[in-house]
Amino acid sequence: MYTFSSKLKTFSIVLIVLGALGVAYGFMTSHKSLDEVKEMIAHEAAGDHGGGHEADADTHVVADDHGDSHSEESHGEVTENHGDEHAKHVQHQLENRPWSALYVAAFFFFMIALGVLAFYAVQFAAQAGWSPVLYRVMEGITAYVLPGALIVLGIAVASHYIGHNNIFIWMDPEVVAHDKLIAGKSGFLNMTGFIIRGLIFISGWSLYRYFARKFSLAQDQADINDNRNFKKSFRIAAGFLVFFIYTESMMSWDWIMSVDPHWFSTLFGWYVFASMFVSAITVIALITMYLKSRGHLPFVNDSHLHDLAKFMFGFSIFWTYLWFSQFMLIWYSNIPEEVTYFVTRFQDYQLPFLAMVAMNFVFPLLLLMNSDYKRIPWFVVMAGIVILCGHYIDVFNMIMPATVGDRWYIGIPEIGSVMLFAGLFIFVVFTALSKHPLLAKGNPFIKESENFHY
Amino acid sequence: MEASKVIHAIYTDDDVLMAAVKKVKSEKYHIEEIYTPFPVHGLDKVMGLEPTRIAITSFIYGCIGLAVSIVMMNFIMIQDWPQNIGGKPSFSYIENMPAFVPIMFELTVFFAAHLMVITFYLRSRMWPFKKAENPDPRTTDDHFLMEIAVHGNENKLSELLKETGAVEVNLIDKEH
Repeated sequence: MYTFSSKLKTFSIVLIVLGALGVAYGFMTSHKSLDEVKEMIAHEAAGDHGGGHEADADTHVVADDHGDSHSEESHGEVTENHGDEHAKHVQHQLENRPWSALYVAAFFFFMIALGVLAFYAVQFAAQAGWSPVLYRVMEGITAYVLPGALIVLGIAVASHYIGHNNIFIWMDPEVVAHDKLIAGKSGFLNMTGFIIRGLIFISGWSLYRYFARKFSLAQDQADINDNRNFKKSFRIAAGFLVFFIYTESMMSWDWIMSVDPHWFSTLFGWYVFASMFVSAITVIALITMYLKSRGHLPFVNDSHLHDLAKFMFGFSIFWTYLWFSQFMLIWYSNIPEEVTYFVTRFQDYQLPFLAMVAMNFVFPLLLLMNSDYKRIPWFVVMAGIVILCGHYIDVFNMIMPATVGDRWYIGIPEIGSVMLFAGLFIFVVFTALSKHPLLAKGNPFIKESENFHY
Repeated sequence: MEASKVIHAIYTDDDVLMAAVKKVKSEKYHIEEIYTPFPVHGLDKVMGLEPTRIAITSFIYGCIGLAVSIVMMNFIMIQDWPQNIGGKPSFSYIENMPAFVPIMFELTVFFAAHLMVITFYLRSRMWPFKKAENPDPRTTDDHFLMEIAVHGNENKLSELLKETGAVEVNLIDKEH
């Protein structure tokens, strides 16, 4: 039995408190009056490159869609009016920042848990012989799926009912009324549908998680030749994987792609999945190494670590493949309605956009290529931390350009949100880990897994 | 060079062979060669063979392939004749790079794979019309053969090999 060490518990609670303070600070400082925003813009224009933002504002897909009822204003004084519109646009972006920061961090930690759930189901469906010693670690991490998913959906819904549609502009009826493209999609993109779909996804994932955990624990208590619970796990894992691949794809349209409701991409679901899967495997490796270093997993050996590191390596490349496939197809054909997505990212997010590729591809490629390095814990930890930061930036790049545009910065709201959800993640996961023994001893493959050697 | 003598010990089971190799190694005899019909896992470790470096050569070949593709396309598409093809920006390599990536990738893989295979053939001396170096045809089917050099200690050595479970122990004059 693992006991949640009081040090780690304190650490996670400190993270939650500090993170909550950061998030609160972000919300308190984000509301600026129109005059303050105008002053800020004038100050910036006087600063160095004047007029740059005026031109920039037109490249935003959503630039004209903010439903601040500007169509009712008189169009007499054109320049004056444009200045006002620009200031309103910027004001809206500033207000969006703490919401988006919270949403990005919430989604990042939720997607790790969901990725682990998928990986866990794959291990069962494939009847993997190497991984059963890690099943309890995976089960512990998947405890975050339910709270994490509810938080993500909650923030999305709250941004409509409490905020001012700060993340998804299609939630704003004013925008939909003036935007034929979004209005045409309102059969899918409407609040009722969004909430119902979200609840169906979450209940499906949670149900699988609940039963998989139940059967896994029941298998521990079962007689030595009684594999009924294992067989049930196998069947529901196969069923879940079918459900997962549909719902994950739709979830990525709903929860991420719809921040840019004018844009669409067909391989987006796979792309989000790859990001999710590689972060998930990295977190499994990190938590396994942490528990092993504390002496709680004596049955985990170098070869298990080696396999996890191979998965980290392989799926980092898989992510890059999908990232590049999406980017290159759009860049190559250069169709205006699609390419704006990457134009905003390349103009306003050049550093995170390119740094992400280096962190998620070049770094793991060179570090984890050598077979010997995959067995050295500190090496894998180092690669893992870079991969996780890289995939946070990946989610950041998916959400932020649509909500805050060029007003992005990784400051207190962003770091506070990450700390808040990191603390929550650690708290939930390690609480779940401390509930049951860390070796799934009833699993019929456990002997093979304990003696696994590569 | 004069003919030297070797002992061929033949086994019919890979587990017995592994145990025999351990025993022979512990008695400090030098094993010249072992012939097996299929890969025996762990045999190289027991024999004390050094790990292969072929993966390192492959990495280097891959880097060469990447360099070749970059230099080639930079010369052809950017330096030599930078014409406008469908509006693609051919002003500098980096601007048009996404279009070159598929070729960069394929050439990296091509060089890494093919040169590694050729390295393997050269290093293990395999080519068409090469005379097979097979001391006993049964080793390609179901027998395992261990070859040990003899330096005037054949009786002691053959006794040891019989002890380890060899089904046949033959003293052979080996021509060089």
